Amino acid sequence: MQAEQSLAKPVYDSAARRAPWVEEFSALWRYRDLLAQLVARNIKTRYKRSVLGIVWTMLNPLLMMLVLTGVFSGIFRFSLQFEFYAVYALAGLIVWNFFAQTTSHAMSELLWGSNLLHRIYVPRAIFAATALGTGLVNLLLSLVPLLVVMVITGVPLRPSLLFLPVPILLTAMFALGMSLILSRLAVYFADVLEMYQILLTVWMYLTPIVYPKEIIPVQHRWLFNLNPMYHLLELFRAPIYVGWLAGPKTVAAAAAAAVVTLAVGWWTFTRKADELAYRV
Amino acid sequence: MNSLTASELRAEAGAGGPAPVAVRLERVSVRYRVPRERINSIKEYAIRKLQRRVNHDEFEALREVSLEIREGEVFGIIGRNGAGKSTLLKLVSRILPPTRGRVWVRGRVAPMLELGAGFHPELSGRENVFLNGTLLGFTHQRMRELFDKIADFAELWDFIDAPLRTYSSGMTARLGFAVATAERPDILIVDEILSVGDEAFQEKCQARMLEFRESGTTTLLVTHSMRLAEQMCNRAAWLDHGAVRAVGETSKVIERYHGA
Repeated sequence: MQAEQSLAKPVYDSAARRAPWVEEFSALWRYRDLLAQLVARNIKTRYKRSVLGIVWTMLNPLLMMLVLTGVFSGIFRFSLQFEFYAVYALAGLIVWNFFAQTTSHAMSELLWGSNLLHRIYVPRAIFAATALGTGLVNLLLSLVPLLVVMVITGVPLRPSLLFLPVPILLTAMFALGMSLILSRLAVYFADVLEMYQILLTVWMYLTPIVYPKEIIPVQHRWLFNLNPMYHLLELFRAPIYVGWLAGPKTVAAAAAAAVVTLAVGWWTFTRKADELAYRV
Repeated sequence: MNSLTASELRAEAGAGGPAPVAVRLERVSVRYRVPRERINSIKEYAIRKLQRRVNHDEFEALREVSLEIREGEVFGIIGRNGAGKSTLLKLVSRILPPTRGRVWVRGRVAPMLELGAGFHPELSGRENVFLNGTLLGFTHQRMRELFDKIADFAELWDFIDAPLRTYSSGMTARLGFAVATAERPDILIVDEILSVGDEAFQEKCQARMLEFRESGTTTLLVTHSMRLAEQMCNRAAWLDHGAVRAVGETSKVIERYHGA
């Protein structure tokens, strides 16, 4: 009887650990309720003391889009497909904000978490996952104003919108991979967070988010191909504009960026994650 | 996962024999690498790396430590500051993996190294109970089942939906202790006896820990109070500069500790 009870108890054996990238994955799955709690905490505390609450998440990109439309739609009038600038810019901003916020947030989450990791056991990847979960909730909320603006500006709501989970999933994978790489760096070096904010600003202007890629001279346009966010953006906008999933080249490039970044991020993060608790 | 052979298990669980092993450390060493100078920026790191000036000091917190703690024991760990006591607790709590050697633990471990981990001031007491509980590894479902018991024990029903920032530090600590001990763990890890809340509540905490011991919880207790060690622990180990200097009956270990 007692032996049976003993057998049912969980066993931790430091000599019988699985490969880090497998172990971390199953640990994360065991702690999925914690992940939900942490995401809920982020959503709740962000708006706890504001009157509009969660509505801000939807208003933010909307206000930004209004400003941009006011400023830029006049400038970009020459390019014909730009009759729907508002939707173009809003869709771009939503994807970009999702990526930028998730990666930045992942760094501050792990900085907070690394204190915790000295005192209790928690799967280390949960902090990047929390940032991703929070970002996804905000992304889904900001799809509401996108649909509203589409209706107002007369962009047809086509069945191709059902493709949107594909670019969202791939962008999420890319963002998680980047988060894992960056957050570990941020724990070691205090200046990473600030350097990344500068990099993000530059990166944003190198990506056709608020401007159409056609304003760049043809001979330089190939440079966009080196930018993973360009492909992910194209993939997100195509179902909205073209009414179809983007071309095979864009799909392949976006998928490759997502899979490779996540694999590299997950592999390097989990392999070195034990060191986080060793830092004194 | 379970690497003990079936016959070993049977031998350990055999009637009348010694209780089965709960914690086993086999020649465990923990080595920290401490950077000689704090390098805080990537720029600095890159420059130093180029000049080959990134230096580390090796610091061995534990050296070849072997210990076996059996189920139901209250095991004391004594020694001076910096002897490696807390590091040893972290090994058993799974917070730190050993640099060398093997750590083997059977049962659910409740480390009382930090009460109220992850508490957020803007969330209510209720929300914090769920957040803190899942941080300690409980499922949401289990926390729902334990919730009433936790609010009862912490005596915080009247404030449970108020934000935590309105709590006094005593109330916060009570809530943290109530969550950490809501379910009897197989192994309880205590770094110094906690002084939580007022005297009445401290008595309640002590009573709960005694109750755990009666029901078979193994306890690892780090303390600087020899009186407490003698009073609480069946066996003890004396750690000195990361190595075990003595292990056995508490009074004898304390005697040798004082003799040194």
